[in-house]
Amino acid sequence: MTYQPQKDFGTPESRSNEAVSLTIDGRNVTVPAGTSVMRAAAEQGTSIPKLCATDSVKSYGSCRLCLVEIDGRKGTPASCTTPVEPGMVVHTQTPHLAKLRKGVMELYISDHPLDCLTCAANGDCELQDQAGAVGLRDVRYDVQATHLGQEKDHSNPYFDFDPSKCIACSRCIRACDEVQGTLALTMEGRGWDSKISAGFASDNFMGSECVSCGACVQACPTATLVEKKVVEVGTPERSVVTTCAYCGVGCTFRAEMRGEQLVRMVPYKDGKANRGHSCVKGRFAWGYAQHQERILKPMIRASISDPWREVEWDEAFAYTASELKRISKKYGRNALGGITSSRCTNEETFLVQKLVRAGFGNNNVDTCARVCHSPTGYGLKTTFGTSAGTQDFDSVEDSDVILIIGANPTDGHPVFASRMKRRLRGQDGRPGAKLIVIDPRRTDIVRSPHIEAQHHLPLRPGTNVAVLSAMAHVIVTEGLTDEAFIRERCDWDEYSHWAEFVSQTRNSPENLQPVTLVDAEELRAAARLYATGGNGAIYYGLGVTEHSQGSSTVMAIANLAMATGNIGRRGVGVNPLRGQNNVQGACDMGSFPHELAGYRHISDGDARRLFEDDWGVTLDPEPGLRIPSMLDAAVDGVFKALYCQGEDILQSDPNTAHVSAGLAAMECVIVHDLFLNETANYAHIFLPGSTFLEKNGTFTNAERRIQPVRKVMTPLNGLEDWEVTQRLAQAMGLDWNYSHPSEIMDEIARLTPTFAGVSFARLDEAGSLQWPVTADAPEGSPIMHVDGFVRGKGKFVVTDYVPTDEKTGPRFPLLLTTGRILSQYNVGAQTRRTENVAWHPEDLLEIHPVDAEDRGLKSGDWVKLASRAGETTLRATVTDRVAPGVVYTTFHHAVTQANVVTTDFSDWATNCPEYKVTAVQISASNGPTEWQEEYEALSTRSRRVEAGIPAE
Amino acid sequence: MNTVERLILMANQIATNLATDNAPVAAVADHIQQFWDPRMKRLIFAHGTDGLSPVAAAAIGRLADAQNGA
Repeated sequence: MTYQPQKDFGTPESRSNEAVSLTIDGRNVTVPAGTSVMRAAAEQGTSIPKLCATDSVKSYGSCRLCLVEIDGRKGTPASCTTPVEPGMVVHTQTPHLAKLRKGVMELYISDHPLDCLTCAANGDCELQDQAGAVGLRDVRYDVQATHLGQEKDHSNPYFDFDPSKCIACSRCIRACDEVQGTLALTMEGRGWDSKISAGFASDNFMGSECVSCGACVQACPTATLVEKKVVEVGTPERSVVTTCAYCGVGCTFRAEMRGEQLVRMVPYKDGKANRGHSCVKGRFAWGYAQHQERILKPMIRASISDPWREVEWDEAFAYTASELKRISKKYGRNALGGITSSRCTNEETFLVQKLVRAGFGNNNVDTCARVCHSPTGYGLKTTFGTSAGTQDFDSVEDSDVILIIGANPTDGHPVFASRMKRRLRGQDGRPGAKLIVIDPRRTDIVRSPHIEAQHHLPLRPGTNVAVLSAMAHVIVTEGLTDEAFIRERCDWDEYSHWAEFVSQTRNSPENLQPVTLVDAEELRAAARLYATGGNGAIYYGLGVTEHSQGSSTVMAIANLAMATGNIGRRGVGVNPLRGQNNVQGACDMGSFPHELAGYRHISDGDARRLFEDDWGVTLDPEPGLRIPSMLDAAVDGVFKALYCQGEDILQSDPNTAHVSAGLAAMECVIVHDLFLNETANYAHIFLPGSTFLEKNGTFTNAERRIQPVRKVMTPLNGLEDWEVTQRLAQAMGLDWNYSHPSEIMDEIARLTPTFAGVSFARLDEAGSLQWPVTADAPEGSPIMHVDGFVRGKGKFVVTDYVPTDEKTGPRFPLLLTTGRILSQYNVGAQTRRTENVAWHPEDLLEIHPVDAEDRGLKSGDWVKLASRAGETTLRATVTDRVAPGVVYTTFHHAVTQANVVTTDFSDWATNCPEYKVTAVQISASNGPTEWQEEYEALSTRSRRVEAGIPAE
Repeated sequence: MNTVERLILMANQIATNLATDNAPVAAVADHIQQFWDPRMKRLIFAHGTDGLSPVAAAAIGRLADAQNGA
């Protein structure tokens, strides 16, 4: 496709159901009531000149270029601020309008640099286009005062700000306000002194509150805000629509290209998950794809003490297959296993689990969702009947009360957070939704511009179930349940049992306050608000799942939603915010050791037979090993070979010492990844991976939306990841002959009832589809459990609070909880290899002033973080964002390795690690720990390639 | 912690969290049957009841009996 920017209709779409017909330049057009004349004209293909209008923000009416004449009206109204009316007759091109527009453009150009030929926006500049459109040929003014010659701001690593090119249209300010919701930008000064300012006048972009989402850059009609890459490379010449490979929001982007070079990622306005918005990671942090540390050749070695030896693909596959066969023969087929990746496509994930089940001959396959959302799978399947969030993202627009528990959406799911914030702020006279936040930390969404949570419940880490029981106690004992919903949709006996349990005095907020540390009155008020405030929607994250009672908490959330009738329509629901891009998909594809694609238990003979007939093998009816059990079995000497695709278990999984002991005990660790990650320090075979830009496939986001990933450049390593798995399977003797990932999806669709109507052709046609996609729902299912629960009757489960075994005491008096930050992603393998390190160059330990003072610590000090599992060092930042007794850090940097201190306590039902609660002690430090020193030496040794040059 | 100690911890944790079920022994047995791999089951069967809570011990006993065709 030749490059064309996405069409700009000038003003946002109207959602009205009422139609209005009018005439524009002699042609009839019918549009929804509330549409602007400008948009109505654009929809019929008439382009009215404009500068301050763009369809991502509300009309503003400042540039005076979009003037029109309307029969029966005086003057020349601005088409962007004039709504259509029935029978209206509009003229967009008249001699009078031409004269006015030319005069306006003349004023703009009189104060604009005339360096078009050398400007980065040459050919992609709305000012240039509009000057042409109005026929401006000369500028008569001999201007004495201008705003030209101002210093550029290069501080942001991804875009430049050149105030001299600014036309003061305010599109950037409005994009920051309305689209992103950060409100970082403002207009300083007046007249010639008017200048866009990030934060205070003394701030530059980097020093301000700007989160570098890029909405301002996208909105800018000139080269005032422009991507550094465009400055360096030039404008794109084609574009491909694809899906972001970062978080579970799953933003749709146009990858804008010059040849095989990516110039920029522009959020796609028709993307149903992101609606034209993006964050700093998706839009800008893709430089890792060409990073010098990427490994492009397969490598093998006999022992992890040897240097790596580069080999050709054929040798790599032959060697890998021979090793796997050798180990299977020597130790038995159950000595082999695999880990699928939530960063890879559905098709790649499906192939890895197929290789394990059909090739290795066991069910020893697990996925990184084990360590994040496996409790969601267990909890929602038990209560509702399937492992999935109930809503689409658009649903939040109809929420009246938003309850966030254990999630930090502005950092972890920033693009959805912007939509949530828009609803919280209210719009066009509609009051904002009310907000309840249950989190040990005062996360950004608790209080941000024009948003303040009605209730923040800063609970003690590890007491989620107690807080939710107390909320349920209030709702039941104060008669706030939706009995009609419960009687119709849920099992009444199970409800009665649950209601009797939560009504017990021991579950009252007052009784539990000493445990949860949440003020009982505040909790009662929050419970009343959720139950009676209209449409109540719950959003949760890993602060719910990564606990010893993660599954219980998910079920407690489901209980609350059912008890209040908040299921089965827009604006309500239970919504897990998935961590990585394809957590949902990896779970859907049968990556767990106990179930096949579509969440069918491996012991289900009918389901198993379907796969056996299709694959021509016999499947083991017993569940296989979970990741922690694989590591235990390895330490016991019975698990010997692991194929690990796109996951870095050494850095991401808890109790690093135990993970490294397990890996070190294996004879064949195969790492299939972009970089020599931490797990590769213990690997014998390295298979280079491909980035999301280099392959075809699909990702499924947190709202069950299956979205195409499209190849925009040739894989630098030569093979897409699905091809690597297929070649390995072939070397193992399996007769696989897929020629394109679409054929893998066809297989998934014929074996998985909820994917029955999915194919690449249908996805191309629809853009994306939310499963279930079936004969009954051929267009997919934005909202689940509309007429009834998937399991039939909704199941209330009694969830009694059980304190974690991880206890504080004199040696470890503080509770550590871990999390994420906006600019970094997961273990940082990708984002640490981009300019995003400018925002977060190291993991920091947040500690309350009281705890810091007790230990004589101040911000910037190096501290030792010690637990019963291990110790590491990092720098402290003193803040009251955390409560006394609680400390917090991120796990993005391998140097810190926060998981050295996390324990192997885990969720009772799924073994999801208890990352969020570790008893620790903090003390002043004057250097790295013994572990850090030894690990650094090991990494240096392990990353040698045959010439003796470290690969990283 | 060795593997058997970990399995005892896991079984007790499951039993504690399913204690409020109408039939806790059956619920624990069903959970272990559905989610533990054969080697984990073999190890806990071989271990006996030491360290196991009454509900966990009963559930594991029931599973072991079923496996042995009792």
